[in-house]
Amino acid sequence: MTKRTVQFKIYRYDPDKDEKPYLQDISVELEQSDKKLLDALVRLKAKDDTLSFRRSCREGVCGSDAMNINGKNGLACLTDVDSLPQPIVLRPLPGLPVIRDLIVDMTQFFKQYHSIKPYLVNNDPPPERERLQTPDDREELNGLYECILCACCSTSCPSFWWNPDKFVGPAGLLAAYRFIADTRDQATNERLDNLEDPYRLFRCHTIMNCVDVCPKGLNPTRAIGKIKDAMVRRAV
Amino acid sequence: MNVAKRTFDAVIVGAGGAGLRAALQLSEAGLKTAVLTKVFPTRSHTVAAQGGVAASLGNTTEDNWHWHMYDTVKGSDWLGDQDSIEFMVKKANEVVVELEHYGMPFDRTDNGKIYQRPFGGHSMNYGQAPVMRSCAAADRTGHAMLHALYQRNVRANTQFFVEWNALDLIRNSAGDVLGVTAIEMETGEVSIFHAKATIFATGGAGRIFYSSTNAFINTGDGLGMAARAGIPLEDMEFWQFHPTGVAGAGVLITEGVRGEGGILRNSSGERFMERYAPNLKDLASRDVVSRSMVTEINEGRGCGADKDHVLLDITHLSPETIMKRLPGIREISIQFAGVDPIKAPIPVVPTAHYQMGGIPTNYKGQVIAPKDGNPNTPVVGFYAAGECACASVHGANRLGTNSLLDLLVFGKSAGESVVEDFKSGNLTLKPLPDDAADASLARIARLESQKSGTDVHEVRLTMQRTMQKHAGVFRFKDLLSEGVTRILEVAEQSLHTEIADKSKVWNTARTEALELDNLIEVAKATMVSAEARKESRGAHVRDDAPDTAEHPNGRDDQNWLKHTLWYRDGNRLDYKPVNLKPLSDDVEPIALAKRTY
Repeated sequence: MTKRTVQFKIYRYDPDKDEKPYLQDISVELEQSDKKLLDALVRLKAKDDTLSFRRSCREGVCGSDAMNINGKNGLACLTDVDSLPQPIVLRPLPGLPVIRDLIVDMTQFFKQYHSIKPYLVNNDPPPERERLQTPDDREELNGLYECILCACCSTSCPSFWWNPDKFVGPAGLLAAYRFIADTRDQATNERLDNLEDPYRLFRCHTIMNCVDVCPKGLNPTRAIGKIKDAMVRRAV
Repeated sequence: MNVAKRTFDAVIVGAGGAGLRAALQLSEAGLKTAVLTKVFPTRSHTVAAQGGVAASLGNTTEDNWHWHMYDTVKGSDWLGDQDSIEFMVKKANEVVVELEHYGMPFDRTDNGKIYQRPFGGHSMNYGQAPVMRSCAAADRTGHAMLHALYQRNVRANTQFFVEWNALDLIRNSAGDVLGVTAIEMETGEVSIFHAKATIFATGGAGRIFYSSTNAFINTGDGLGMAARAGIPLEDMEFWQFHPTGVAGAGVLITEGVRGEGGILRNSSGERFMERYAPNLKDLASRDVVSRSMVTEINEGRGCGADKDHVLLDITHLSPETIMKRLPGIREISIQFAGVDPIKAPIPVVPTAHYQMGGIPTNYKGQVIAPKDGNPNTPVVGFYAAGECACASVHGANRLGTNSLLDLLVFGKSAGESVVEDFKSGNLTLKPLPDDAADASLARIARLESQKSGTDVHEVRLTMQRTMQKHAGVFRFKDLLSEGVTRILEVAEQSLHTEIADKSKVWNTARTEALELDNLIEVAKATMVSAEARKESRGAHVRDDAPDTAEHPNGRDDQNWLKHTLWYRDGNRLDYKPVNLKPLSDDVEPIALAKRTY
């Protein structure tokens, strides 16, 4: 790719000076080496330092730069800028309070993550060496542990939009199943009790937006299904 | 001006691997602890570590800590302190097993133990053959580790201050450390965190270079704060260039790729590492591999239209192995190189990666500085661990997988030291000086009012290009001395940065300006220390110190077997001896020798 100019429409809001949010029309000339949407945003910020967004690793593992890109949630650092129809419309993740520009308040998202007790529970005295786990049992954690907590999934989920305080959401439920599936964890029953509620788990209506947007290719809907299976198995 | 004050037993700055490991120690001991972090903990750069953490568990091949110690000392080109190194390698099994107990999803061997793979510079029987020492969770070890540590801290009810940027270290007239000032991103308010103990776990500063594997947030904040407060920085001339960054993008491709059998090839398809390191070949130490690659490129055997990179080839591995052991690398390669490594080799080039130097500490994680004739006097109330610290276990060159080990061992040991010093009554809450927040408030005020100043983005770019050109993989006498002049010019420009954003709320322009203040200290320390060290050692190799019979590999032990200490005040340099004596009688000192692989 050579030099080219890219057109944007970006959601802007600074509570210090703006009465209400607006969409800003702005364009930027990209260098040959600029490939990802994040490269373009960094170039935009060099022009206008008031444009605010989170970013860190720029390689899709830290989960900082999730945003709504042309109507779909994704990571700026993993999105090819040239693949996007213009003007590229950037908005903050939907469903969470906006702090400024593309930065949302993620308190509710992390509160739900914390609510599922996201840590291994094993009350046996720790052995001197590692606890053993077969390669097959370990494989059960694949597709679960890789979550980067970017919130693309939960903030694309209508059930989470309506009940962010009551529905755990796809990211939190994926994490819940990550521990249920771990042969070293001893708290499956408590974990299922914690989710057996009309809202916490059962607000998932398998709309599958979460699967569609996950930048790591994970499948929270499948994990949610497995939690439901475990509840059924436990009931009979 | 009135500044809010919060009081704690301990304040930890940084919530990557080292900060989280230290926090766990303090939270579980019941100390009232604040962990300040400029990003949500799981977004810290530990998350990007890929290949593994070193421990001589011996799960697949025979291994022991003696061999690990030998490899680490040799890897450091004998600049590492042997007491700290012995301490680290002996603790390795304990801290890795603990992590497994915390829930870390390590890959497994057929008999259910932690999976281990070979890694560069790690050997059995004192250099004879590669050993399987790197404990791995696929090629996402750092991610799995950081999340497991964060989760364990959730369990321990650790108190986090997320998206708070520490600004300056607070010391009293005796030099004791009393805490930090910090700014909350969401409100722009400055607070004082007053504490009996302060632990820095702020990570590295790889963003001083133009091309770096490091995250945007790796801006050396702890080093800048320490330097401004009069603490020296140790061995800052030693920077690791990782052999395999994706050409053009800089994104890391783990050495674990070569651990799983990957081969580096030049334009004629030759496995050139056989010529440079006949024994360990592609798994030689990182400094050696990076220099070999640059030599191939410089001599016209680079690949691509511009002959500016070499190729990392794993097409001979089975797709199953790649999908199982290196799934993240495949994603990165497709995303950033446009290449599926199952089908075609990955274009790679040495890329700035890791800072071996840092805030001087001992193996207990206590920050140390020269005082009253003792070069290693602890600074009361101040501790550091991880990449921001220099224990010194990596010396002139770090071995792959020893960084994750470093942050576990020294994060824990810094935490233990604080708990111990706290319980023995050695730590007290000392009164704050009246001007405790003045320096920070002045920095903020200057940014509010600066007119006709310099552009943060431009100054940072100039610094990065200067470091890249003048302090790269190979170093040259003339370029180094010119580099010192240039970087001091850039430092002058950084005093007058101007930002357009004046908002109190989430002002990232201000954050970047404040980060630049820290980066520039690291850049100066690096250039000045590198210019002064008139030998080649580890990652610091210069044209006027070539390989001779008298000085094998250009190393000059008679004059330069010593640690550099750089002081911000007047760019002054001091030196202190390397500790060649191990911690215990369990092991003899590893005697000086020429480094070959």
